[in-house]
Order: sequence, then C-alpha cells, then structure tokens
Amino acid sequence: MLSPETTLGEALGSRGVTRRQLVKFCSAMLGTLAMPERYLAQTVAAVTKARKPVLVWLQFQDCTGCSESMLRSSHPDVAEAVLDLLSWEYHEVVMAGAGDAANKVLERVAREEKGKYLVVVEGAIPTAENGMYCTIGGRTALDIATQMCSNAAATIAVGACAFDGGLVRSSPNPTGALGVHEAVPGIKVINMSGCPHNPVNTAAVLVHYLTFHDLPDLDQYNRPLFAYGRVIHDQCERRAHFDAGRFVTEWGDEGHRKGWCLYKMGCKGPEATFNCPIVQWNDHTSWPIRAGHGCIACASPRFWDNMSPFYNRLPNVPGFGVEVSAGQVGTGLIGIAAAGVTVHGILRTIRPVPYPGDQPGADSAPGGTAGKEN
Amino acid sequence: MARIVVDPVSRIEGHLRIEANLDGGKISDAWSSGTMFRGIEMILKGRDPREAWIWAQRICGVCTMVHAITSVRAVEDALKIEVPENARIVRNLIAGAQMVHDHVVHFYHLHALDWVDVAAALKADPARTSQIAQSISDCDKSSAKYFKGVQQRVQGVVASGQLSLFASGYWGHPAYTLPPEVNLLAVAHYLEALAWQKDFIRIHAVLGGKNPHPQSFLVGGMSTAMDPDEPAAVITPERINFIRDLVRGALKFVNDYYIPDVLAIAPLYKDWFGRGEGLGNFLAYGDYSSGDQSDPKTFLFPRGIVMGRDISKVFPVDPAKITESVAHSWYEYSGGENGAKHPSQGETVPRYSGPQAPFEHLDVNAKYSWLKAPRYDGQPMEVGPLARMVVGYASGKKEIKDAVDGALKALNAPPTVLFSTLGRIAARALESQLMARALEGWVNQLEQNLAHGKTAIFNPIRWDPDSWPSSAGGYGWHEAPRGALGHWVEIEGKSIRNYQAVVPTTWNAGPRDAQGQRGAYEAALLNTPVADPNRPLEILRTIHSFDPCIACAVHVVDAQGREYTIPRVA
Repeated sequence: MLSPETTLGEALGSRGVTRRQLVKFCSAMLGTLAMPERYLAQTVAAVTKARKPVLVWLQFQDCTGCSESMLRSSHPDVAEAVLDLLSWEYHEVVMAGAGDAANKVLERVAREEKGKYLVVVEGAIPTAENGMYCTIGGRTALDIATQMCSNAAATIAVGACAFDGGLVRSSPNPTGALGVHEAVPGIKVINMSGCPHNPVNTAAVLVHYLTFHDLPDLDQYNRPLFAYGRVIHDQCERRAHFDAGRFVTEWGDEGHRKGWCLYKMGCKGPEATFNCPIVQWNDHTSWPIRAGHGCIACASPRFWDNMSPFYNRLPNVPGFGVEVSAGQVGTGLIGIAAAGVTVHGILRTIRPVPYPGDQPGADSAPGGTAGKEN
Repeated sequence: MARIVVDPVSRIEGHLRIEANLDGGKISDAWSSGTMFRGIEMILKGRDPREAWIWAQRICGVCTMVHAITSVRAVEDALKIEVPENARIVRNLIAGAQMVHDHVVHFYHLHALDWVDVAAALKADPARTSQIAQSISDCDKSSAKYFKGVQQRVQGVVASGQLSLFASGYWGHPAYTLPPEVNLLAVAHYLEALAWQKDFIRIHAVLGGKNPHPQSFLVGGMSTAMDPDEPAAVITPERINFIRDLVRGALKFVNDYYIPDVLAIAPLYKDWFGRGEGLGNFLAYGDYSSGDQSDPKTFLFPRGIVMGRDISKVFPVDPAKITESVAHSWYEYSGGENGAKHPSQGETVPRYSGPQAPFEHLDVNAKYSWLKAPRYDGQPMEVGPLARMVVGYASGKKEIKDAVDGALKALNAPPTVLFSTLGRIAARALESQLMARALEGWVNQLEQNLAHGKTAIFNPIRWDPDSWPSSAGGYGWHEAPRGALGHWVEIEGKSIRNYQAVVPTTWNAGPRDAQGQRGAYEAALLNTPVADPNRPLEILRTIHSFDPCIACAVHVVDAQGREYTIPRVA
C-alpha cells in the first residue's frame, strides 16, 4: 500500500497533473459548492496533502446510468481529478477484476480501511423475498450494503434509486425496493438525487469531504443544500416567458420554436428543486428544458409516483415573485390538498421530517398527484 | 471436473453470473444467470402511454435512449401516428451517436483489459510503440514523447501502491500475449477514448438535454423544435454546425484509433478467431432508414435471419415466430412451466426458487436465472453487431460487404473467422465506421430541411388522449447497439394495459429452454480453454465480446392472454 510519506500531491505530479490544473479544478468545485474563494488555498492544500482515501462504488438495482453520468462529467477535469483524488478500488462497470478477485477487494477494504473509506451506492436495494431480487457473488445487495456502508466513513447515495428507491420502488414496487438510507438505517449518508445524479455535484461533495473531512450542509432529505436548495422554475432560462404569460401550447408551435415556457406542457420545474439549470449536463452543454421538453422533477422525493403523469399541467403555480422558496411552493400545494386532490405524496415531499419513512406496500397508486387538470 | 464461478462478471452493465464446468482444461458446459430483477413492465401498467418512454428508458443507462426510441415507436404504431421526417432524422442521429459512442466505450473501457496487460506496458520501449502507432494510423498523437508520458503516468500509479480500478486485474496471466509496446499503445488509447467519449456525447445534450437519459422524445415526434431564425429554438444553424463538428470528430476517432487498433491487435490473438463461435444463428430487425421507416429497403442495416452459419441464404423475419421460455427462469407460466409463449401472450409471475444467500452454486438443473429464454421458431439466436454484419453481408448490402471484405483482406482471413469471439469485436468496429459515416449525411439532411423552412418535427394528431380508440396494441423495434430490440404495448382506456420488451441481451444471455437448448453465451463458451481456473480470463473474453447488458435483459411481462394482432414487421 501507499507509504505514509507519499502524498497525493506527489502522486498527482507523477501522473502529469500540474498544480495549475489542480487549482483550477478546486476553484470550479468551490463554485459549485457556492463557497467563497478564500477556501481555495485550504482546498488545494487538502487535496494535495491527503493520502488518497479509498472509495468503493456499489451497484445494486440500477441501470448503470449514474456510473455513466460520472464518466461524462460536465467539468472537463472532474473525472480525471476525482480519480486522482481517490483510490477508486471497486466499481463493477469499469474495474479490471471480476468474480473472486472483485469480491476480495470488498473484503479487504471493509477489514483494512474500516471507518475510513467512502461508499457510493447506485441503485435501489430489494428487501422482499429475503433480498433475492439482487445478488452479487452469491450475496444479497442488502447484505453487501449493510456490511460496506456500516463500516464506511460515509455513504454517498447517487441517483433516484439509491436515494429513495426511485423507479424500482414506484408502484406496485414488485421487489420491496428501498433507498440506501432506509435499507441500512443509522449510517451516515448524503443523497445525490436525480435521474441520473449530476456528476459535478457529486464531485463537489467529494472535494468538500476531502477538504473539511465532513459533508456539506444538508436538507431534510440529506441532500446537499448547494445543489437542492433552489426551485428550478426560479433559475430557468425560460422564466421571463412564464412571467409574461408566453406559453408553449402545442409541441412544435410558434412558442415552442421561440423557447417559451413549457408549464402548460406539464413542466414540473415550479415544484422541483435542483441546480440543473445552472450546472447543466455534459460539460455545461445543455439541460432538458433547453432541449424543448418539460422538467420531470427527477431530483424530487419519490418523483416517479408523485410527479407523474409527466405531461399533465401542474394544478397551481404560485410563482409570481421571482424568489419563491421550496416552502412557499409547498404552501401552495397544501392549498390544493385542501381542495380535495389526493396529495399524500406531495405532502411527503414538503413535510419537514427527515425521510419519507413509508414502507413497501404503502406505496401510492400509479399516476400520483401532479396535475389533475390537464 | 471443476466448477468455475464468475460472479460478478465486471465491466458489463448489470449483474451477470457465469458457472462453467472445466474438463481437461476446457469448458465442457456453461450456464449464464442474470441475478437482478426490477419489474419495470409491472410498474408501467396503468401509466400514460405517452410517457412510457421516460420510464422504459430507465431499463438501461448504458444503452440509454434505445428503450426510449423503441417505446415511442410502439405507441406510435398502436395509435397509427406517422412522425415527420425531421423527427426520424433526429432519432437516427441520437441513436446512431449512441451506437458509435457505446461501441468505442465497450472496446476500450469494458473489453480491452481482457487483452491488454496494463502492467506489461511499463516494459515497453516508447520509441518502438511510436513506430507501431505510425505504421497503423495517421493519428496525430503518436510520438515517442507522447507514449513516454503515458508510460510515466502508469508508472506513477504503480509506484503509489494505490492501483485503484486496476488493482484487481489478472496481470501477468499467461493468456496475455501482446508485446509490451502494443500494451502501451492500448493503454494510451484507453485514456484517449475516455476523453473523447465525454466530448462526443454532447451531441445527446444538444438533441436531448443530457446524457445519460436524454429527454426529448415525444409520441409523435421530438421536442427539439427547429427554426432557422430563432436563436432560442433547439435546432438552429449554429447547433447544426456544432453537431457536424462532433460527428466528424467521431469518424476521425473511429478511423484513427478504433479500426487500426482492432486490426493491429486481432492478428496477435489469432486463436480467438477459432473460439467462442456459439450458435451460428443470427437475427437482425434492421434499422436506420434514409427514407420511409416502414420500408426495410431504406435501412442502413438490413433485416433478416441467417441460420447455421449459412451465408448463402437470408430468411425474412416473422415476429409471430418469437417465443419465450421460462423453463429455467425464476418465473411461473400458466399452463405449465415448459410452454413457450409469444410476447403478445407472455406473462411473468416472478417466483424465486433458487438457493438462499449466501450460496456457492446455483442449481443449474432447475431454474437458475432472472432472464427468460427467447427463441425464434424454436431456435436460439444471436443478436448484435455480428448478427447485423452477417445478415448485411449475406444480403449483399454493398457498404457492409465492402467493409467486411476489406477487413478480411487486411487480416488475410476467410469469412468463417467472423463466427468467433474476435469476429464480434471486428463487427462492432466495422459498423461503428459505417454509422459514423452515416451520421454526417443525416446532419446534412437536417440542415437542408432547416434552410428550406421545413421545420415540422411533431405530429399532433394523436397527442390528445380523447382522440384515441378505446383500445389499441402496437409494436416498436430498433437495432440497438447490442442487437434486436422489441417493445410491445397494449393501451386501454387511455392507459397502459400491458407492456413488454424482448431485449438483445435476453436473446444472447438467456438460459436454456424447455428443450435444454443453450443460449448464445452458454454455447459460445463451450470448448474454450482455461489456463488458470482461479483467474478465468478466457471466460471474460468471450462473454465481453457480446457486450452484456443485463439490466436490459431482465424484464417482466404480465399480459392477460388477450388476443393480439401480430405487429407488422415485413
């Protein structure tokens, strides 16, 4: 293993990463974290001097989209820098070893790095049928997650499925799927929701952890506030059209060609919080609304059931001020609840409790609550 | 006789387990098991068919978008919607880009480490590597200095003692036989491909907002509104130029790296032209129309079937002959476990009956996989790049014939070498080149239409569910990077009554059927020599040559046995 005197700075240098590149990367990460530049020196020092912490990336009931997203990191330096900052020892989709050679990596990390390593979880964890809906190396996903997450310094749940079960958990939840914080209670976890997660945010969390040895500030769903604290509608490049009453009313119409607001086509931006419009995707190239399609609120809790049907118009958007907080949006939706719309899902998304906390079997029916008046 | 287990099979999408018997140093039998199940088709029931694609797309995030396009095609078929030409072109661009991207990532990041010993690259002479690089390609990055830099990077990683993802490889395995200089070349190109792929896939961000899981499909067209004079439109002259630059870059990458690397490495592993041949039955639905999507004659990749490696005959595809067996799959069938059901009458009741975890071995005489076993006319089939190239070659499609004959000439080999592990690798590279060439043609068509004010990209005729019949059924198909993909949808009362997918990796990775016939992976592993049972590198070589995608392959159908019109696939 690494000798104590070998620093990450030396390791980076030997891999051709210049100090300038490193400083640039750290600066970009601080920007994403919405932290002031005065932390830059500390950040650079931390990532330069640290012995590379071990990271294992576990895939369970997943589509591998979150792994792929990481490989498409939007900031040009992210993938390389993060790979350089961490010793990424287990990740099924890209690791060299297979079978026993792979399984031994997990055993060794849990034993030798106990309490020090990071775990990334991608995918939901099935709990029905004794967990037999997902096995790796003859062990259940639940068994592997319990062992690896319980012994880790922290767990990063990437994507909707690891966050709260995602699509796999949506009605009728055939496999009893749960997000990692519910499947393995009591662990230290940060949730990077989204379908997929945005790799810039996840990289920023890793840099924050390396610098301050802790996770950034979290919301009631254990999502970092820097990424999930603002409503998409308030950050949307089409917002001025909403305020001016200019809406797309049919796909391909004049408004659609002119980039008007997609609210009437079912856009969930007014109910969704995420920094997607700012960070964007694939090297800041675009995001779904710029591609002419409404937001599906993919970073919101239980969005598959709660925000579909995706093409139905939201019942009410209290978006008349430029700054509308998530709380105010929630207040507006409670008003709808009083009007008799079934909204237990939406209530769950805004109630200030730590987690949704519901169990398989209590899941809502298809076609949740979003928009009953199309 | 020893039983080898490889679980997890890494460097694939999803959760795959291989069990194999080893007899006299060779594989005497093999079993392929998918070990994860989600039930997405069960989840789709009762939902709005217009958004089925958003859900179905999440079947897979590696071959992202392939289930989206197939889903909208199925619903459009059910509701009798013709999409505008621009929508067909944009879908071709998104799907074609996916194919090139997926194949490059497969070769360099998922498959190369089965052939390339990273540790051996340290022993290479960079000057000699440079000579080799310059002899096989016009690529700019080929100096001795460049390769020395790469070698120093690898040296740095090794010296740190923290080998990251490379720590668990089978380095030094006797089956790695490339010269050190070629190993160094491949390691350098592994890194180049990693950088290229994230740049190229911005084409999906422009045309779909993001990758993975682009978000611009619509039942009836695409959301990528076009306008030559509106900067806020999605497709503008400026963005067409951006896309053109990306697709030209893709062709250059394929020409400068992918094709020369395959042609340089393949002859150094000649034995593998005679291993991993498998079933010899090939199925391709065909796709990528240059005109009428309902006319297979307009396809870049032809539709057809080749049986028993006989390339003198191409049979038509009759979807009525597709069935699925669950005799060795963890599902129940009404009317007996040994029946075979057409997808339109398919049903799936998951019922796990394997050993409880933790377990050492599956009971391969009973049920042993979450994958079903699809059959065509009762026969197991291989789908994917090799199937497309074999069917295209046998059909006499000129571009494909020229490409295959050119490669065979370069390799100084007869067409029979195609039926092998290396044949799959070569087919994937060749079709990447064909596709990369086709992409620019579609960009030009889109540009012409934009310039002439032909901007329709959505057909609104059936967007309003009140315009739908009370019930409808439809079928959508696509040649995804991994092969023939079909979705079936049944709509009733404005919502999905039934939804199902028959997916490429289900064809290839499925288990035995009621007759005991092996699936494509299982057949391809037979007689493969394994030098070291504790490090079964040879198994990975053949399995990876199929590019497994297990999340796709495990799917669920839950039809009510309702009468179903056989979809129109000529």
